[in-house]
Amino acid sequence: MRQALAGDGAAYHGLLKAVTPVLRAATRRGLAHAGQPVDQAEDIVQDILLAVHLKRHTWDVEAPLAPWLFAIARNKLIDALRRRGRRIFVNIDDFAETIPDKPAAETASASEVAAHLQSLPLRQREVLQAIAVDSTSIKDTAAKFAMSEGAVRVALHRGLTALTARLRKQ
Amino acid sequence: MDTDQLIRTLAADNTYHARPVGLVLALALLAAAPVSLALFFAMLGVRPDVSSAMRNPFFDLKFVVTLALAFSAIAVSLHLSRPEALLRGWSLLLLIPVGILVAGIGGEMMLPQRLPMLTRLVGSNSRICMGAIPLISLPLLVAALVGLRHGAPTRPAVTGAIAGLLSSGLAATLYAAHCTDDSPLFVATWYSLATAFVTAMGALAGRTVLRY
Repeated sequence: MRQALAGDGAAYHGLLKAVTPVLRAATRRGLAHAGQPVDQAEDIVQDILLAVHLKRHTWDVEAPLAPWLFAIARNKLIDALRRRGRRIFVNIDDFAETIPDKPAAETASASEVAAHLQSLPLRQREVLQAIAVDSTSIKDTAAKFAMSEGAVRVALHRGLTALTARLRKQ
Repeated sequence: MDTDQLIRTLAADNTYHARPVGLVLALALLAAAPVSLALFFAMLGVRPDVSSAMRNPFFDLKFVVTLALAFSAIAVSLHLSRPEALLRGWSLLLLIPVGILVAGIGGEMMLPQRLPMLTRLVGSNSRICMGAIPLISLPLLVAALVGLRHGAPTRPAVTGAIAGLLSSGLAATLYAAHCTDDSPLFVATWYSLATAFVTAMGALAGRTVLRY
């Protein structure tokens, strides 16, 4: 994380990849504990990752990473449970035996981020989609939309911020 | 969007660097200060006998108390802006202004007074005090919330309340220069009531505004 904050993109990518399975396991545990279906875990994991990303300046470089990371994860899980508490769910325990215990997928798709992506302003959505879905580099994205690289970076950051705000408001 | 795609996108955004919360909070408060100062001078202004009042230790004590409140609240709010932060011993910092005020009351009790205790407590400006401190603190409260929004507080309502303490401490520092009631008893009663009101507003606003 220290390298990531210093601007090492590869180190940052590696770090996020490394913590995601841990976050996923913790989220699943939390959901199961609260009697909620664990298949919502991926939405919460993505929510956590966005928060980790946008709030990484609140991590004290001298402090250990884990307490900070899990504090964010815990907050987001509680938020999600609170939000979902308003909806009606069948208690999972009733179905525990009929649901096959499938192993956690390496990476999983989630619907919430994708759904909110559609409501973003056009430019932000295009840039986010190019980088996320088509894995285009910032440089190629700039060429594709005839934008400067700086403008792509700004659209990318604003898009991520807007996505997070929409997830919070839902 | 699958999580790997999201991670790749976040990593691509690593060129963006956010400023530290303390800096954003300081800038926001600096931006709001002129508004609060303008409100103060437009409505109240410094009391006319300020140069002789400055020789009264109880006049000066008001500023010590209000500034102690503001600075301890700034320290606590910055601490709480980190997600893993716990309040724990940090709340003791907020006892510093209380302690100074209690010592001030004790000091005043030991000195011979011209006015009876209740008259000093009730004072002559309680209404203005109760109105002015929340009003002057309003721009500062907004600024404090804007600054702390940049952080990631785990307990938004508590952090909002501390933002309320912070802004009312600063506002009360201004108001103290106008107020002719210098008795610590007056400060303990009316300043505290005004501060409690702003703190409650901060907590209410923080609950929604400071969620991240």
